[in-house]
Amino acid sequence: MEEGAVQQAHVHAPPTGFWRKYVFSLDHKVIGKQYYALGLVAVFTGMFLSWLMRIHMVWPAAKIPLLEHLSPAGAPGGVITPEYYLSLLTMHGTLMVFFVLTNAPFAAFGNYFLPIQIGAEDMAFPRFNMMSFWTTFLAWVVLMLAFFIPDGPPIAGWTSYAPLSAIGKDAGPGMQFGMSLWGLSIGIFCIASLLGALNFIATTLDLRAKGMTLMRMPLCCWAWFITSCIALLAFAVLLPACILLILDRHFGTSFYIPGGLVVSDRLQPHSGGSPLLWQHLFWFFGHPEVYIAILPSMGIVSHILVNSMRKPLLSAKVVIYSMMSIGFLSYMVWGHHMFLSGMNPMSALAFSFPTLTITIPATILTLMWLGSLYGANLQINSASLFALGFISMFVAGGVSGFFLAQPSIDIYLHATYFVVGHFHMVMGVASLFGVFTGTYFWFPKMTGRMMNETLGKLHFWITFIGTYCIFMPFHYLGLIGNVRRYQSFVDDFMTPYIGVHKFVTVCALITGAGQFIFLFNLIYSRFKGKPAPENPWNATSLEWSIPSPPPWNNFGDRHPVVYHDPYQYGVKGSKGDFVMQDSPEQVVPASGD
Amino acid sequence: MSSSVVSTVSSQTNALASSKRASAQAALAYAKQARASSSGIWVGVFAITMSFAAFTSALFVREGTSDWSHLTLPTVLYFNTLILLASSLTVEMARRVLAAEPVQAGKGTSQKAGAWVWITLLLGLAFCAGQYRAWQELRAEGIYLATNPNSSFFYLLSFLHALHVLVGILVLAYLAVRLMASRGAIRRSLFDNTAIYWHFMGVLWVYLFLLCRMKL
Repeated sequence: MEEGAVQQAHVHAPPTGFWRKYVFSLDHKVIGKQYYALGLVAVFTGMFLSWLMRIHMVWPAAKIPLLEHLSPAGAPGGVITPEYYLSLLTMHGTLMVFFVLTNAPFAAFGNYFLPIQIGAEDMAFPRFNMMSFWTTFLAWVVLMLAFFIPDGPPIAGWTSYAPLSAIGKDAGPGMQFGMSLWGLSIGIFCIASLLGALNFIATTLDLRAKGMTLMRMPLCCWAWFITSCIALLAFAVLLPACILLILDRHFGTSFYIPGGLVVSDRLQPHSGGSPLLWQHLFWFFGHPEVYIAILPSMGIVSHILVNSMRKPLLSAKVVIYSMMSIGFLSYMVWGHHMFLSGMNPMSALAFSFPTLTITIPATILTLMWLGSLYGANLQINSASLFALGFISMFVAGGVSGFFLAQPSIDIYLHATYFVVGHFHMVMGVASLFGVFTGTYFWFPKMTGRMMNETLGKLHFWITFIGTYCIFMPFHYLGLIGNVRRYQSFVDDFMTPYIGVHKFVTVCALITGAGQFIFLFNLIYSRFKGKPAPENPWNATSLEWSIPSPPPWNNFGDRHPVVYHDPYQYGVKGSKGDFVMQDSPEQVVPASGD
Repeated sequence: MSSSVVSTVSSQTNALASSKRASAQAALAYAKQARASSSGIWVGVFAITMSFAAFTSALFVREGTSDWSHLTLPTVLYFNTLILLASSLTVEMARRVLAAEPVQAGKGTSQKAGAWVWITLLLGLAFCAGQYRAWQELRAEGIYLATNPNSSFFYLLSFLHALHVLVGILVLAYLAVRLMASRGAIRRSLFDNTAIYWHFMGVLWVYLFLLCRMKL
């Protein structure tokens, strides 16, 4: 056992060789960067798909160069067919929700910073960690294959509602092999996410450094921990849902397909299945998934905002408890996606109530951020701008949630652009703003170089104004009755509003182009940026007590001991107005406090 | 001169102290890792439970539909259940043999534990063979996966459970080989967690069997 103990002093040996260092690495930092890179590829792919959709919507006859080569059937002569529009929509949603919003704020930053911030050398199970990244990568490859098969990607949308998702080629182009690839990809993604969540939970519970009590963990660690608990439950339900879908599609079972169903003039050879079963299982995953996307960003923003404010939050504990309540409540609200699916009005009420309740912890969080900002000496940089942008997006997108949560109003707004505007702002863009915040803040630690602030601020203003210009009109379009997922607007009542759509498309093109500033900044600063010191932001948490970039075993042979919570700002410390978590010095309040 | 002697002595003492500290740190890291593995297995058990809970809820939803029929389960399943429960006992025997010598298991102890693990593994394989037999009996009656919703659920649940049992068998095989080959150079936490997983497989099967017995 003694031998084993000595081997255990380091969880794994220093990496040697190209493959172990950069490809099949056990190092949580490399794995975090791999997740980030995959998220980056996915987000630009997803953005490009949204461009194609927006262009097609307002200029339906536009010829897109090269698209014909990718899909001769979907875009003959480069003109997108209505079905191919739905394929693009499905792939946009799937890539963004799974491979961007789940990967970037949670798996990428969580992997990189959770172990360092709690004073551990690595995640609890480095091999599982490596497996979970490569399984995610496999899921991405399987999904992307759908673009390159003759059938094309599925047209079912990212929610893939049964029974059409379960019956195969009668449901339209892409619904034969493309849909199968989708089901397989998401099934694989579930396994990867379960492995990841397991790793996060065990790491947070058991590998904390001496003195790092749960309440002394940085808020982003709390957010990653709560998110991993949500992910564990959510993906454990989506996986069975995908298994049942695959069985229905390929093994003749009838879990989701009802009897007597006629699609494309063909009687489907199934009996008795329940299409609503898919919706229940999917949304039992799907709603918590929204919080899997947004909670890590809430944690990241809270953590980084405190650093820019140079004073603690009104109450970090309240932030933690609010995030916990959101996590808990996220499991009681899935039915609010199904108000119009044929539900007992009483159960609609039962789902509406917790949905409205969840706005209470969300509002408390917002008040905590805004209240703490009051009187703070806020330092404006790219990271803090995006943190403020996050709060703005979260509030602006969240307010429309009040309307959608009420069954009577939702009857009108269901499946309109109002919903599209709502979730893009509150879950999509807000979560991405969290990722941008994290990137501008942690880039120096991850690469040893500073990002360019001017380009960062330019990126912020284009993105911030651009997103409002894109998604605010969506609410308006929804209110006038613009149904989502339509590829063109031929109804008389819609023709006066095509101008609004054109405005949105132009804004989407500009905002999307603005993201290349970010990409350029990322690549340029990686190689040519100003060298970063150990602690450029005068921050308190443990990652800033080690070199930038950190060595393979994070703390070397040092075993950090933690004396304070991570928000000792606005005090008299030996290094300035802050005291680091692992500094044994007494905290002296700054004069005047 | 004398001061240099003193410094040498003190540096030796320091070296000794630091090596002691290092080994204490290593022991601490080892204990942490063991705790993490234990958390890991319970979290894993929880996730698997959640997945089967989802299947159960699907079964309840499907039960209310018009084509729900009845499935007579093959009698071999009762026998399989007993085998799996017996294997839980044998893995517990192995655990107790190892627990008697907590620090360093001697060769005899190791091999004795290894023998119990082999027996557990064989019982596990016998269980899987028994499940295969049950599927064959159903097929012989003309009942396939897609015959009716009842048979779909039976094949699905028993197959997924067997898949999890096979994963357990792989880990047991690794442990058995290591225990027989050397002086217990396995991580005790790995053994204990495998035992927890194996017991869970028994509990899960009893639950699934009762569910199928009552609902299908």
